[in-house]
Amino acid sequence: MTAKQDKSIVRSLSVARLRDIGLVLFIVILSIFIQFRNSQFLTISNLNNMLINACIMGILAVGMMMVIITGGIDLSIGSTLALSGMSAGLFVRDNPDAPVIIAVLIGIAVGMAAGFVNGLLVGKGGVLPLIATLGMMNVYRGLTYIIAGGAWVSAHQMNDGFKAISFYNILGINSMIWIAAIVFLIAYFFLNYTRTGRRVYAVGSNYEASQISGTNVDNIQILVYTIMGGVSGLSGILWVSRFASAQGDTAQGFEMNVIAACVLGGVSITGGSGKVPGVALGTLLLGILRNSLPLLKVSPFWQDAIYGVIIMIAIIVNVMVKRTVDKRNLQRRHI
Amino acid sequence: MKNLKRVLAIVMVTALSLSILAACGGGGKKSNDYALLSKSTGNPYMEKQAEGFKEAVAEFEGNAIVKFPANPTAEDQIAMITELVSQGVAGIAVAANDYDALEPALKEATKKGVKVISLDSSVNPASRLTHVNQADPVAIGVSLVEAAFDLTGGSGQFAILSATSTASNQNTWIENMKKTLEDPKYADLELVKVAYGDDLRDKSVSETEALLQTYPDLKCIVAPTTVGIAAAAKVITDNGLVDTIAVTGLGLPSEMAEYMVEGGACPYMFLWNPIDVGYLAGHTLKAMVDEKATGKVGDKFEAGRLGSMEVVDATSGDGGTEVLLGDPFKFDLDNIGEWKSVY
Repeated sequence: MTAKQDKSIVRSLSVARLRDIGLVLFIVILSIFIQFRNSQFLTISNLNNMLINACIMGILAVGMMMVIITGGIDLSIGSTLALSGMSAGLFVRDNPDAPVIIAVLIGIAVGMAAGFVNGLLVGKGGVLPLIATLGMMNVYRGLTYIIAGGAWVSAHQMNDGFKAISFYNILGINSMIWIAAIVFLIAYFFLNYTRTGRRVYAVGSNYEASQISGTNVDNIQILVYTIMGGVSGLSGILWVSRFASAQGDTAQGFEMNVIAACVLGGVSITGGSGKVPGVALGTLLLGILRNSLPLLKVSPFWQDAIYGVIIMIAIIVNVMVKRTVDKRNLQRRHI
Repeated sequence: MKNLKRVLAIVMVTALSLSILAACGGGGKKSNDYALLSKSTGNPYMEKQAEGFKEAVAEFEGNAIVKFPANPTAEDQIAMITELVSQGVAGIAVAANDYDALEPALKEATKKGVKVISLDSSVNPASRLTHVNQADPVAIGVSLVEAAFDLTGGSGQFAILSATSTASNQNTWIENMKKTLEDPKYADLELVKVAYGDDLRDKSVSETEALLQTYPDLKCIVAPTTVGIAAAAKVITDNGLVDTIAVTGLGLPSEMAEYMVEGGACPYMFLWNPIDVGYLAGHTLKAMVDEKATGKVGDKFEAGRLGSMEVVDATSGDGGTEVLLGDPFKFDLDNIGEWKSVY
């Protein structure tokens, strides 16, 4: 490895870092502002609530990031989440004495199967991801109503073990936070240090080149959609356990929050780029917003508008930082 | 091929005309068939409504026909209305899947002498004689404030957790709660905030958490929505606050059974009794068929065990009339056990 290559690696690392720093600064300023408005914001119990509430979005955002990196998108995750959650919920209702782990495995398996079908449609079928997952979004939502017969699973029909999945402390920290942290770590390792992980980026940044250079593009696409389905299934379990309720309309429209978290975290919607730490920060920012807007003591009618404006500001700041960095890099290359 | 199609068309048209003729023939003598057209199949709430309807029809010795469309769509209901009219029923009570879409079919039915009312969710005034409304919004407002008064011990802070800020039924109920609060009896009761959980689980949970953070002296949360009340009860239970903050409102018994136990977050709550909604619809329909009432404001009729009922202006303000069931039904620790498996 020559010194020149070494330098470029260092530089690209610092570029990514710098971009994240823009988001970190934004989060810090926002937090100070909120704390000023309501002193309850930076308390342990509130931060704990906020992190727990952001976990499901974070787990889904990791999966969504991989899909977007390959140049795709998955609109069916809200429905997949509902379908997996309902499958697990029905199992728990009908088998109250069965070990909880079986319900968890059922949920994840249903999610992976749903994701696998999406992957086949996109990878082998050549259907546009937007269209394929929009169609399957309705199919999975319909299936959720069908398997439950239009009914729902309520809190009193779930055993304590199942409800404890989301309500269990290890070393004083809630289990959902642990699960999200593990998902983030695995994704970070997978995308940065495995050959398959690097191929996910390759497919997104140049589809033809990666095909010619021997990557099985279809399989990579099937893989990312299946992973997306798997994390949706996991999220479905956590959702049903946390809210102690499995309904047909669970998480309807939730995919938009997840996509927003990715975009905020610097994932390029055209594919090819995106980093796990960025997505973690994007999720954190959305989590803070969703948690703090009710604390701001502003009229609830203003909440949505404020939410949107802050997201826009964050994205504009992000883009501006990125442009400045890119420009500086180009200047350096000229010299 | 072309010929075959033509023959098929002729056969079908003939069959259809014959069936219409047959229906007309049957309509000669006065029918004793009373039909309930429900929203969809497999909905336990709708099943209970049908149960009440059958009970009422049995009381006046009519013949109850209950129809459940396979899908909760207007199309399915229109097909069934046509079917019921050709069977020559005396009246139809419909829980509509669409406010306007059933109008042509229902007007056609009315023209053939069938009396039409709606229940649960209404059709537009042009298509109905009157509507059976499950709950009087004024009574809901009073019941919820009275519950907050009782659960806070007569004084202190309480908050409302609603659905969306645009839901008309929610706003009517909250408006009525505020009106009730003007009574000097509730002078020590302070409504600190109306929060909106948008009927989303996650948002309702974070709104409840924000209420707890912002108002440490909060004594009661009133959620007039089934999603909100369950989310609030879950948060209160998880945070171990059942002794300091009580939850009440409008909830589904099956969803709330978990929190309605000795030492639980929700001592009691309200919703309407679907059996009574169906029962009242049965008697209202009978009154219309017997022409004891025509659906005008001020009409009075007897509704079995519910006593005398009066037709009033629709509380939704759509220009039509309705019959109000009355006070919401109270679910408490004593009756939740039998209701949790109902709906």
